[in-house]
Amino acid sequence: MEVAAGVADPELPMLNLGDLGIVREVSCIGSQVVVTITPTYSGCPAMQEISEDLLDALVEAGFSDVVVRSVLEPAWTSSWITEEGRRKLVDGGIAPPQSHSRIEDEPVPLRATARSNSYVDGPLRLRRSQYGPPCPLCGSTATELLSPFGSTACKALYRCQECMEPFEGIKEI
Amino acid sequence: MGFDNVYESIGEDNDDRHWAFGTGFSETLSGVEQSLPIGIDVNDLAAYCLMLGDDALVMSHRLQEWVARAPELEEETALANIALDLLGQARLLLTRAGVVAGSGMTEDTYAFFRDENEFLNVRLAELTDADFGALMARLFVFSSWRLAILKRLRASKDQVVAAVASKGAKEITYHRDYAAQWVVRLADGTDESRSRIVAGLCALSPFISELFTASAVEQRMLYAGVAADLADVRTEVVGVLLEVFSEVELEPQVLGAGYCALSARGGLGGELDSIRSQMMGEHGSGSGREGILMGAIALAEMGEHGSGSGREGIHTKAMVELLGDLQSLARSYPGATW
Repeated sequence: MEVAAGVADPELPMLNLGDLGIVREVSCIGSQVVVTITPTYSGCPAMQEISEDLLDALVEAGFSDVVVRSVLEPAWTSSWITEEGRRKLVDGGIAPPQSHSRIEDEPVPLRATARSNSYVDGPLRLRRSQYGPPCPLCGSTATELLSPFGSTACKALYRCQECMEPFEGIKEI
Repeated sequence: MGFDNVYESIGEDNDDRHWAFGTGFSETLSGVEQSLPIGIDVNDLAAYCLMLGDDALVMSHRLQEWVARAPELEEETALANIALDLLGQARLLLTRAGVVAGSGMTEDTYAFFRDENEFLNVRLAELTDADFGALMARLFVFSSWRLAILKRLRASKDQVVAAVASKGAKEITYHRDYAAQWVVRLADGTDESRSRIVAGLCALSPFISELFTASAVEQRMLYAGVAADLADVRTEVVGVLLEVFSEVELEPQVLGAGYCALSARGGLGGELDSIRSQMMGEHGSGSGREGILMGAIALAEMGEHGSGSGREGIHTKAMVELLGDLQSLARSYPGATW
């Protein structure tokens, strides 16, 4: 598990897959190692590379028979990013997700059921929120959202009105 | 690691050098639980997955066409991200269709080698947009509709559809809110921007009722617990549309007979009453608005525009050039490699 969780994320290399909650489980069936991962966004192009990096890392660690499995359910949520991961993000100049989604508080059900999600089932957000997360560079809370879609599927683009620097932040999902 | 030609590096880590298809992508649903739900007709399930997948694939294609044409860099990045989310959903759904049908078809063979009459997307998805305002209007309607469907599909009897819907619903919520904010921004902007939104919404008119008309496959899949109930979806979508329209004081009939068709079809009468009274309550005297709604319903008697349905493989002219763009290289050089 340490090897798998320690693989660096290809896009945000200061974090590893354990920090991001992408590696769900590692188990052994005989001599075969099965790593279970979950994709972050449906179209995330990094997932391919992550699978390959996982295979490489485990082979290098001496495991010759490795299989990477993907689970779609339960869906990845940004609330699975660990505290350590959040700290590393700030250090890297990226704002961590602002609030944990409600799903985190619910125990993962034994069977897949239709689960309500606080913002999917919530009201239409017609006005762009005025406040962004604290600026990871200067710490000011006077930040604004520039675009809910940043350089990757998982990030939004903000600007700090104090130090005037733009920065990205992981979106709550 | 020197290469004379950068394209040589594409096949470096794997043997897959097909250039028309993404190289080196492992099986899209590899490792995902693939068992079939018991007692479900596989051909219907495959067709239903294609419907959902084609909606996403075709809409994604149109959004991708806006890359390098958007008015601002931030909006271009946003459109590309939205297109990417939809493409990811399409990949998962098309792959599921192939697995379920047991036909050996993959996401790529479905995307690149089907003929026009085999694509099952709704016609709203394939339309081109006259300008950014029209695009936002269409994206808003499409996203609101798709979100309502995906929310219900979280409880689908097919666990892959349910899983794709759970992920997809979270992504589509962002798409819908983004488009809704632009509709508000433009409708509340200048006369020019408002007229673009109105024109964009009017252009959707002939293609609205199709969104809420269940095909035979969808009816059977609804009965089997796999598909979403489009009557239910319609109620939710009407609510969302009216919420945004009332925010910017747009008349509901701006969607023309299409709106009328969706509001009057299949006995939405009672719900319309409660929506109307809600709107009148919130916005004071609603006499003008009441008149508009009644007029809209009356227009519904005049029948719907257009004929044929995307769900049956009958598409508009726009689909021809879309597929030409998407498929011509793969079809001209099938099996070509780098």
